Amino acid sequence: MSGGFDWNVIFKHIPFLWEGMQVTFLLTFLAILGGILGGTLLALCRLSKFSSLAWFGGSYVNFFRSMPLILVIFWFYFLVPMLLGRPVGSFYSVLIAFTLFEAAYYCEIIRAGISSIGQGQVQAAKAIGLTYQQSMRYIVLPQAFRNMVPILLTQGIILFQDTSLVYVVGLKDFLVTADIVANRDNRLIEMYSTVAFVYFVLCLLGSLGVRRLQRKYAL
Amino acid sequence: MIQIEHVSKWYGDFHVLKDCSTSVAKGEVVVVCGPSGSGKSTLIKCVNGLEPFQEGTISVNETSVGDAGTNLPQLRSRIGMVFQNFELFPHITVADNIKLGQVKVLNRGDDEATDRSMVLLKRVGLEDQADKHPAQLSGGQQQRVAIARALAMDPIAMLFDEPTSALDPEMINEVLDVMVELAQEGMTMMVVTHEMGFARKVADRVIFMDEGRIEEDATKEDFFGTPRGERAQLFLSKILQH
Amino acid sequence: MNYNWNWGVLTQEPYYDWILSGFGWTLATGSAAWLIAISLGSVIGVMRTTDIPILRTIGTVYVEIFRNIPLLVQMFLWYFVLPEIVPRDSGMWLKRELPMPEYSTAVVCLGMYHASRVAEQVRAGIESIGQGQRYAAMAIGLTPVQVYRYALLPVAYRIIVPPLTSDFLGIMKNSSLALTIGVLELTAQTRQIEEYTFQGFEAFTAATILYILITAVVMAAMRVVEKRTVVPGMISLEAK
Repeated sequence: MSGGFDWNVIFKHIPFLWEGMQVTFLLTFLAILGGILGGTLLALCRLSKFSSLAWFGGSYVNFFRSMPLILVIFWFYFLVPMLLGRPVGSFYSVLIAFTLFEAAYYCEIIRAGISSIGQGQVQAAKAIGLTYQQSMRYIVLPQAFRNMVPILLTQGIILFQDTSLVYVVGLKDFLVTADIVANRDNRLIEMYSTVAFVYFVLCLLGSLGVRRLQRKYAL
Repeated sequence: MIQIEHVSKWYGDFHVLKDCSTSVAKGEVVVVCGPSGSGKSTLIKCVNGLEPFQEGTISVNETSVGDAGTNLPQLRSRIGMVFQNFELFPHITVADNIKLGQVKVLNRGDDEATDRSMVLLKRVGLEDQADKHPAQLSGGQQQRVAIARALAMDPIAMLFDEPTSALDPEMINEVLDVMVELAQEGMTMMVVTHEMGFARKVADRVIFMDEGRIEEDATKEDFFGTPRGERAQLFLSKILQH
Repeated sequence: MNYNWNWGVLTQEPYYDWILSGFGWTLATGSAAWLIAISLGSVIGVMRTTDIPILRTIGTVYVEIFRNIPLLVQMFLWYFVLPEIVPRDSGMWLKRELPMPEYSTAVVCLGMYHASRVAEQVRAGIESIGQGQRYAAMAIGLTPVQVYRYALLPVAYRIIVPPLTSDFLGIMKNSSLALTIGVLELTAQTRQIEEYTFQGFEAFTAATILYILITAVVMAAMRVVEKRTVVPGMISLEAK
């Protein structure tokens, strides 16, 4: 090991690291959105009366939950350019991979949340004359989501950590930019410790925030 | 046998026991009654050290419960306790429930423990339930097993925390009958209960607690005859009505 | 779409061997890590349920550290940073003498990460049992260790079989992260096949099928375990 802990290398590259962090944030945010949307649709499929929809939802979830995320990333990194017939930036392949993967996990959270809204509410909605879609949209889903917010957020924090896996296809997120600096300047300790520290602080604050939210809106 | 002197206890800011003093002599049966939240369950749990207390002293058979140097598990093995919710261990059979303490705490041999367990099961009338699991028994049966479990440790005193409060009415008597027998055999007993019929039958003394304080501590005759305090009188009248 | 299908590549040498070898390493990594996770995790989970403040704090700190840092970052810390920050001799040993360094590091890293998750499940299991059982065990005179051993843990483990199984599957899937430090497990091998032959579809399908197989076998095994350990009248926490 050459010399002591070199703080400089970290400070010097803050702009570069920040670019990586922006990619991480963007990927996280978009994947959460897509995941929740996809997850909601899947949840409705699983809860639907039509057995084919229910079967589709169930198979999708079981399929994606059997696979490691890295494999899913490789799959789409390989498939997306091929299907489109042209090279695609790794960001889009990865985003698709994350969205489809996380949708399976969000589906289960949302399904549990919807199921926890008792039959009584659905019957009351029907009694007023609302259709299935309307009762879902105005009565069930709003309540379900309110209950689910802490768990959805926690899954978001997990997603945030999972984005580090884009390392395997070289997408320049926070970890990869730090890794680049680490290898170029031979400062592995400083850079990896920094990455660990930053993730630790952000995730800890995130989970403490979620807990506070839970206590405040305890239903 | 059991000495409780000036015991006070706080849960955070809540003053749950206020300067409680009383005693239970060897062979005595003392019933503790009072409204919910009066601290009676807490007091009885302090006697075998399940609950800590901040002030005062409690001693059982000359051993101080609050002392830092006291070997609490050893002390507890000499005191039997029966809980409101029976608290049998669900993952083992009825017989094993009764054997567990004997084998692991008293270091009895397996055969000796099994024999003793069957004797006790017979005593509470449940020898044919030995190989069942607790969930397969009714509440009254479970509580009788719980009493057998406590007796298996050959205790010098028995503590009962509302033993019949969680039972359906038709099962209360089967448990009370066992307790009456125990009392008549000379067991030292401290019983938290609402069952005044039981108290009238076998209690030597009755203690009335309210809001963390011992308000009345009298012989059975005095208590049921003319309790000194207003609150005790009120409580009694409400209880004895049904 | 311009793609040359060639499923035969999966049965060709050396690719067939690569797949089998990768599958083996996945199982080996996951299983070894699981042993660490369940033993260490149980200890930490128990620590979090005692009323001894220092034990609770250590348990909480452990869990918070290991679950707020991404697993991949932890892997790098173990593999790249640890040998550099320990005393020189230990560092040398880690870099030169440690048998199967990539595998060992991956196993320790995965084990300690998942230990934090097992700890949370054990804690949840014990907490769902309720104070009464603990008191009843104490009242007979069992020591604190005996209380856990004979009254609390046997029930807690039965309660958490589903989430524990999910976590076991999680460790099997997370073994794929070991590829970043050079363990040639299943995902790595199929990626290698894809890079050599461009038969990505076939290669990744092989990996997919094998992972699904692991899941199916483990879930079936869980159902057998549940049936055999079920106690009449007991609740079960949900799989996550």
